[in-house]
Amino acid sequence: MEPIRKHKGLVYPLNRSNIDTDQIIPKQFLKRIERQGFGQFLFYNWRFDDDGIRREDFSLNDPKYDNASILVAGENFGCGSSREHAPWALQDYGFKIIIAPSYADIFYNNCVKNGILAIKLSEKGVEQLIEKAETSTYELTVDLEKQVIQDSEGFEATFEVPAYHREMLLNGWDEIAVTLTHEDKISQYEQAQ
Amino acid sequence: MSQPKTIIEKIWEQHVVHVEPNKPDLLYIDLHLVHEVTSPQAFEGLRMQGRKVRRPDRTFATMDHNVPTLDRYFIKDPVSKKQMETLKENCEEFGIPLADIDHPDQGIVHVIGPELGLTQPGKTIVCGDSHTSTHGAFGALAFGIGTSEVEHVLATQTLWQTKPKTLNVKVNGQLGTGVTAKDLILAIIAKFGVRFGTGYVVEYTGDAIRSLSMEERMTVCNMSIEAGARAGLISPDETTFNYLKGRRHVPKGKDFDEAVEKWQALATDEGAEYDTTVEIDANEVEPQVTWGTNPGMCIPINATVPNPDKASTKNEKDEISRALEYMGLTADQPISSVEIDHVFIGSCTNSRLSDLRKAASIVEGKKVKDTVQAIVVPGSQSIKLAAEEEGLDVIFKEAGFQWREAGCSMCLAMNDDIVPYGERCASTSNRNFEGRQGNGARTHLVSPEMAAAAAIEGRFVDVRKFATTLSS
Repeated sequence: MEPIRKHKGLVYPLNRSNIDTDQIIPKQFLKRIERQGFGQFLFYNWRFDDDGIRREDFSLNDPKYDNASILVAGENFGCGSSREHAPWALQDYGFKIIIAPSYADIFYNNCVKNGILAIKLSEKGVEQLIEKAETSTYELTVDLEKQVIQDSEGFEATFEVPAYHREMLLNGWDEIAVTLTHEDKISQYEQAQ
Repeated sequence: MSQPKTIIEKIWEQHVVHVEPNKPDLLYIDLHLVHEVTSPQAFEGLRMQGRKVRRPDRTFATMDHNVPTLDRYFIKDPVSKKQMETLKENCEEFGIPLADIDHPDQGIVHVIGPELGLTQPGKTIVCGDSHTSTHGAFGALAFGIGTSEVEHVLATQTLWQTKPKTLNVKVNGQLGTGVTAKDLILAIIAKFGVRFGTGYVVEYTGDAIRSLSMEERMTVCNMSIEAGARAGLISPDETTFNYLKGRRHVPKGKDFDEAVEKWQALATDEGAEYDTTVEIDANEVEPQVTWGTNPGMCIPINATVPNPDKASTKNEKDEISRALEYMGLTADQPISSVEIDHVFIGSCTNSRLSDLRKAASIVEGKKVKDTVQAIVVPGSQSIKLAAEEEGLDVIFKEAGFQWREAGCSMCLAMNDDIVPYGERCASTSNRNFEGRQGNGARTHLVSPEMAAAAAIEGRFVDVRKFATTLSS
């Protein structure tokens, strides 16, 4: 997993609440057995019509967001299915950071495991960011070490990531390797059963 | 006496392997259920690192999401076929028991776990599937995980988990005749919203919950995730033990009695405190129909579809407008005026024998409306067989339903059972998200009884008026 410390990038605003993982990646793309290559299917039914033609009225298809790496969305982002294909698709498309007021629990965990930083920011803060990103080419700098978000116009907000998740993201740890250092304890537990 | 505890705290404490400051707890996993969709990348990860499956004996796999329900041996989509073959190869390579497509135990993973007695009170159970919450009906701590966590459990039989907050959903009173467990959980989500369970494990308590059968409890716990809660459970009682007795993987004889004693001790203690408690009166719950694009967008059968102009915030207004547009509905339209094209009776929410019996009792001697295509997909091969022994298949077929093979089917349409663009389905499944049952498909979640009645009438009707011989 790639470590993430500090990132500056273009913001893509998606002003909707309760965006479920069926929207992030529809089920017809879950049949693949690989981990890579899901970016092309991200938000597929919003980006493409039934004949596979790009929908010009969906904002992610606007060329101005082509290089976006920070997604800002409404509350309860990633609700529904546990499919890890959702963070895989976001990451493969180019998103490194998500900012929303809240996330579904499973989706949030899936992000951490893949080195995506999912930041919880106040509803008001998210509203501000969405407005700026909808009306201009808007960049943010996110510093995970200091847990702060800044833009070039003086916006600054702090955020909190649980210590363990923060360390994992900063170091790009292989969690299984970490756990296996406690193998003796797992064996002890099993023997006590 | 020691401090009273909830069942959630008790199960947690029994499974902690390792604790460190500023870290989640390392939790032991008793049972890991596996299916074909969320596991291939996990097995590949093991292979790349040269790791083994730590406890194949605590792992159990089946195929359900891609399984065709007409001819289960004819998998049209080569990508689906490859995914199923991959599970088979992985199970062989790592020594994991598999209820393969031709195995009599095959079925939806959340249906067969309880059926086989793998699901038991006090266990920690995970699966790469959000509806793992279903198993909580037995007083197990069961939750969905992503593929990285699947790999982690395969390799270590543990997970790093932050201790969840506890939420008591207390259901007072009793459900009325014709009002089901499905209506109850839909009403709970409609009342408290699709986010109220986020960060919590839910325990369902109260008189109405105690009166539910195991299959009804599974329906309730199944949809905990639709309220945001990864896990929802019910303290075990006689209903639980009676269901478990004699099942294949459940202890027998004296061992069973000892197990029951242990299970009884798990139930939440009198006076235990929860982080949050909410209450709902079962007597006030009516048959429900979802009108929108998440399970919280739900109203009683005799109500009208919301009007965005009456929304309290702009966000809510936008959300209602977008949902109405997607669903092809008009503000203030009575939900009973909505005509349907498809009926799906199935899914890990409502595909068990009692669900099929109740639906069959509604359609017996009647005909599915000629504009409606209706299918019944039993949750497992053994349910299918049991239903056929009772003649339920004949009742459904004579009424004009198609009687299919077991699998997830039209709940998420990963196989060929797809609702076409713009068409409308009354479905006993758990999610009415955009495109869930097919791109552009419009899903209305209902109980099996309501789905059956809708199949006959071609639109939503109040099943309490429709059927004269309803059992409560």
